[in-house]
Amino acid sequence: MTSNVPAIEPDYLHAQTNRKGIGAWIFSTDHKRIGILYMVSMLVFFMTAVVLGVLMRLEMLTPGKTIMQPQTYNTFFTLHGIMMIFLFIIPGLPAVFGNFLLPLMIGAKDVFFPRLNLLSWWLFITGGLLALVSLFLPGGPADTGWTFYVPYSIRTTTNVIPALFAAFILGFSSILTGLNFITTIHRMRAPGMTWFKMPLFTWALYSTAWIQILATPVIGITLLLVVVERLFGVGIFDPNLGGDPVLYQHLFWIYSHPAVYIMILPGLGVVSEILPVFARRTIFGYKVIAYSSLAIAFIGSLVWAHHMFTVGMSNTGMFIFSLLTFLVSIPSAIKVFNWIATLYKGSIKIEVPFLFVLSFIFQFSIGGLTGLMLGVLAVNIHVQDTYFVVGHFHYVMFGGTGFGLMAAMHFWFPKMFGKMFKKTPAIIGWLLMTIGFNTLYFPMFILGYLGMPRRYYDYLPQYQSYHIVSTVGSWILFIGILVIFINLLISLKKGMKASANPWGGKTLEWTVASPPPVENFHEIPVVEKGPYDYSEYEIKPELIK
Amino acid sequence: MLQDASPFSEYVDTTFLIVVGISSLVLLGLMIAMVYFIIRYSRKRNPNPTNIDGNVPLELTWTIIPLVLFMGMFYLGWQGYLKEITVPEGAHLIKVTARMWAWSFEYPNGVKTDTLYVPVNTPIKLSLHSLDVNHSLYIPEFRIKKDVIPNRENVMWFKTPRAASYDIACAEYCGLNHSYMYTKVVAKDSSGFEQWYKEASQKQSKPYLPMLAEEKVKE
Repeated sequence: MTSNVPAIEPDYLHAQTNRKGIGAWIFSTDHKRIGILYMVSMLVFFMTAVVLGVLMRLEMLTPGKTIMQPQTYNTFFTLHGIMMIFLFIIPGLPAVFGNFLLPLMIGAKDVFFPRLNLLSWWLFITGGLLALVSLFLPGGPADTGWTFYVPYSIRTTTNVIPALFAAFILGFSSILTGLNFITTIHRMRAPGMTWFKMPLFTWALYSTAWIQILATPVIGITLLLVVVERLFGVGIFDPNLGGDPVLYQHLFWIYSHPAVYIMILPGLGVVSEILPVFARRTIFGYKVIAYSSLAIAFIGSLVWAHHMFTVGMSNTGMFIFSLLTFLVSIPSAIKVFNWIATLYKGSIKIEVPFLFVLSFIFQFSIGGLTGLMLGVLAVNIHVQDTYFVVGHFHYVMFGGTGFGLMAAMHFWFPKMFGKMFKKTPAIIGWLLMTIGFNTLYFPMFILGYLGMPRRYYDYLPQYQSYHIVSTVGSWILFIGILVIFINLLISLKKGMKASANPWGGKTLEWTVASPPPVENFHEIPVVEKGPYDYSEYEIKPELIK
Repeated sequence: MLQDASPFSEYVDTTFLIVVGISSLVLLGLMIAMVYFIIRYSRKRNPNPTNIDGNVPLELTWTIIPLVLFMGMFYLGWQGYLKEITVPEGAHLIKVTARMWAWSFEYPNGVKTDTLYVPVNTPIKLSLHSLDVNHSLYIPEFRIKKDVIPNRENVMWFKTPRAASYDIACAEYCGLNHSYMYTKVVAKDSSGFEQWYKEASQKQSKPYLPMLAEEKVKE
């Protein structure tokens, strides 16, 4: 491999373009700048939704009114869900890190359709702004929950239509990103980079992209049908007009369950990327991990109705959807086993991204195992729509993807900005986040099993002790998040200069300067080895000392 | 929570504990391995890694063992579900109507209440109807729940052994006062139930016909 670190070429952050100021960013077709655009906008939405979440937890501190009215609470959990799902987790890893890293990892100068890529960001921002505007229109923000279940979403007088349109537009952003990534991966890999020499994050993005393309149109159509129904009174889902509300739930989950895998697969990819670097050895079971991503994407598309086990489905439906739910957990379990095996006989150095990955593995395992409990039909019927489910998906989505995102932020921060972050505050932030997270969400499993339904503004006094613990957890977690972000922001200005490869990674993005030059690679690299080739560190007696 | 409030309570709890037990063991094993490897193979102790690409027998082992365990869990869940949907013959039918944000229970003779009164040890079949949006009838102590959906009849059944009362919650988000859509199921012994049923019928001027067979009331 030739060295790709030309001395004077301007990096993408400082490159001169024909536009000045912010225009040089929001009209840039450079995949790296688009990645940063996504990052900034996504983090704004994330922090907003975090604040909503903290306020909701505060409301749950005591039964009855603590700080807000029921209507406010209902709009808060709706907005929290919509923002977290459509504006943070779905675009989070693929759009931010996928955009930034995919071309770098496969040795390309950009994605296949750079202008389409920019359009995706504009759609994302339009959708996000529309969601924000709907807050201030007369009628008030939507109060349906992020699931927009019919008939409630047809009857409520709140601004459901702008919220639905926002989700619809965001869907297109997601589809176009998926299309772009698939094409890029098929057409633009560097010479020598066969499918099984691709980094595993790329594999995860590839699987994710297929779900984005195949499943997202279903939600687009479904949300449009709700709009049509609300505006023109066509009876598709509304029982008063002869429609079927359960049909809506099927259509909704046909997208939204695979969407769960859009959210988690890239996180799994991040773990597979980071572990070998700090264990300084090749990943255990590369092909198994790659194939398991595809398996998750495929089986994950067929389990949607396990969100609906209490809806009154046929026995055949119950049987199949429960069985498939157990099957889809196998590839996820296999990934966890392979990750832990990757630590075996490694040479492990603990750094901040690695710590986040460890929290990820712990929390994702709990998320997965509680998912099994939810797959057990008899148990599901008891805990469906309770805090147990809330605990479960936060363990997967936040404990998994959220921590994966934190790991990715710290791991690729030097590459993105050419600066190192301060280590001690990052470790304190990690510790606070991990403790806070588990204090916040673990009591929810108990609450749920004891029968506390979700989306409840008020609750019976016997649940209070668990709610108090959970609320205290939310404060610890929130402080942890602040520490992490403030540290990164300060490091952006004051951090030490990062070398091209501060962690000793072997994938191609570490062969270019930090931050990377505009064109990424001076010369397209030729790939000969696998992505995690650490054989140079193996015992060679003359090199020890 | 009570273990014998309904025929399902104990089964669901046992199944849950089995799955929790297996899961805890797996989690514990994974975490011990993880922490042990991190300490044992730290860069200080083990400066030179060994690259192991994979191991097919190992991959097969940790695919097949979970598969077998998962199929066992699936089976337990399925059996429990069958219990929950198999309504015993002769179960007494009560019609449930949900609206935002209240429950109404209608007995065979037309008596309507907002609290569900049932006789002990008698299978009760609920026929669920909604007047507006989706609701879900949830009795945590009985470990059962079923969605109540407009324009669609769902059914559920239970029986309960003791004279006691339990919470009924709405578990499907239904708007402003969703969290206040609570009521109670009150189980009375047979004679107590008939006594109540008779009085309620008279009060609402409905014809009273005993719901339970006479020998049962005497028991």
